[in-house]
Amino acid sequence: MSEVQVPSAYVAPKGRSLFEPHRIFLMLVFAVLIFCVAWFMRWDWLPRYQDRLIYGVGQTLLMLFSTAIVGFLFAVPLGLVQVTGPKPLALLARGFCTLIRGTPLLLQLWLLYYGLGSVFAQFPEIRSSFLWPYLRQAWPYGFTALMISFAAYEGEVMRGAFAGVPRGELEAARAFGMGRFTLFRRIWLPRAIHRALPTLTGETVLQLKSTPLVATVTVVDVYAIISRVRQETYLTYEPLLLLALIYLCLTGILVYAFRLLENRIPTRGV
Amino acid sequence: MAETAQAIEVRDLHKRFGPLEVLKGVSLTARQGDVIALIGGSGSGKSTFLRCINMLELPTAGKVTIHGETIEMKSDGHGGLMPANRRQIQRLRTKLGMVFQSFNLWQHMTVLQNVIEVPVHVLGQPRDKAVEVAEALLRRVGLYEKRDAYPSFLSGGQQQRAAIARALAIQPLVMLFDEPTSALDPELVGEVLSVIGDLAQEKRTMILVTHEMKFARQVASHVVYLHGGVIEEQGPPEAIFENPQSERLKKFISSIH
Ligand SMILES: Nc1ncnc2c1ncn2[C@@H]1O[C@H](COP(=O)(O)OP(=O)(O)OP(=O)(O)O)[C@@H](O)[C@H]1O
Ligand SMILES: [Mg+2]
Repeated sequence: MSEVQVPSAYVAPKGRSLFEPHRIFLMLVFAVLIFCVAWFMRWDWLPRYQDRLIYGVGQTLLMLFSTAIVGFLFAVPLGLVQVTGPKPLALLARGFCTLIRGTPLLLQLWLLYYGLGSVFAQFPEIRSSFLWPYLRQAWPYGFTALMISFAAYEGEVMRGAFAGVPRGELEAARAFGMGRFTLFRRIWLPRAIHRALPTLTGETVLQLKSTPLVATVTVVDVYAIISRVRQETYLTYEPLLLLALIYLCLTGILVYAFRLLENRIPTRGV
Repeated sequence: MAETAQAIEVRDLHKRFGPLEVLKGVSLTARQGDVIALIGGSGSGKSTFLRCINMLELPTAGKVTIHGETIEMKSDGHGGLMPANRRQIQRLRTKLGMVFQSFNLWQHMTVLQNVIEVPVHVLGQPRDKAVEVAEALLRRVGLYEKRDAYPSFLSGGQQQRAAIARALAIQPLVMLFDEPTSALDPELVGEVLSVIGDLAQEKRTMILVTHEMKFARQVASHVVYLHGGVIEEQGPPEAIFENPQSERLKKFISSIH
């Protein structure tokens, strides 16, 4: 015997073959399903709407990334002050998070768009300001509502992540003469984000699936385009199936991208 | 003169946690090249004393001088002290290489990144020079091959040796060890002690809190027995371990063996 078996606590599951009986059966079912969808349903409208669909996907992604990134920038201080204080700020941040998380996003969006939007319109100062061309449009309200929502949810996530960074690691940084700002930038924040990444993946996917709400205030995203298709072609299922497929693909890509990010810093256990 | 300055001088240090007075006036001087072993029962205030030296705990009263420079403190208005000059403390801390019982490596960085972190981002050294020094140190503690590994993939002994390399990388005036082997499985204690032993051999100044009496006796130039918040007895290792004077120390030593 030349090879020695090394006993190990963790045995990786053996890679299963793709061609086991139950897998072949499932693949067949799936193939039949796709064939039916392609053969018995109407897809001749697709080429006509192709450009608009691509535009819609772009708008959805723009909505997702802009709100997630800006929202996260707010989430970091929202989470941090809840851990470090001062007390009044911590209470304020907690109140904000609770308020936003405790009410439906659709309601917040409508309050902003129909409520604030019409209030703005009553002030001549605002109507004549340089901002008015933007404030008359729908997307600033959609962006704001989604961004605030993301900030509140992620503020809560970051609060937990900041609090969960082992005290000893922060203490080591202080013991070596790190100043507060360096400690935050080099140790506390990256460590917290690393801890929060798996949660953030899920939250970003949820955010993606909240974006169609902005279609209710006339922002044109991929959902709005699909609604237009349904109105114009009188088709029900085909556009919706396509919409589902689009969101599914986007989700898959998002999850994969986050997985890559997570794997940059491997951890064992947790 | 720098050569004659004491590395660390602690005068009449007091520390209380609320009603509990943990340190009741401890004075200790570490000259360059001293290896001071701090021993004592659990809860006797060894860790607290060590942590007061670099102000991780703020003493209630007393004076700490590092390399001839006294840490400026002011009254906090509640009968305690607070730092008068944050920058001074941060600067003096970079002269003290602390090694913790639970390693406290930064888990989101590789071993090498851990070791160069303070030289680059606190001391402002150029990165390539820091890497060079770090790799030499990692070779020394036998972790060169593991330099790109993340701490969670290392054994406790390896993590502690990495933590020692991290502390050495700042070229500290004094090394502070707080029970560096207490969190380790017995079979991993030796590799860490041998690294510390080498440091002692080359006359590196250090203060070492430990329960490893045999080791303390081998490497220490001076042993301090802490009990009830005061130094009950101190002296060269032979005197402390072979001819203890106080009853408590006699009991403590026989209980350890
Ligand atoms: N942050 C704190 N708040 C309140 N009490 C504390 C704190 N840190 C330490 N103490 C108390 O101070 C006393 C001395 O603690 P310390 O950790 O210095 O002891 P030690 O000699 O290092 O003991 P061990 O050998 O168990 O590490 C203990 O009674 C402990 O409970
Ligand atoms: Mg201790």
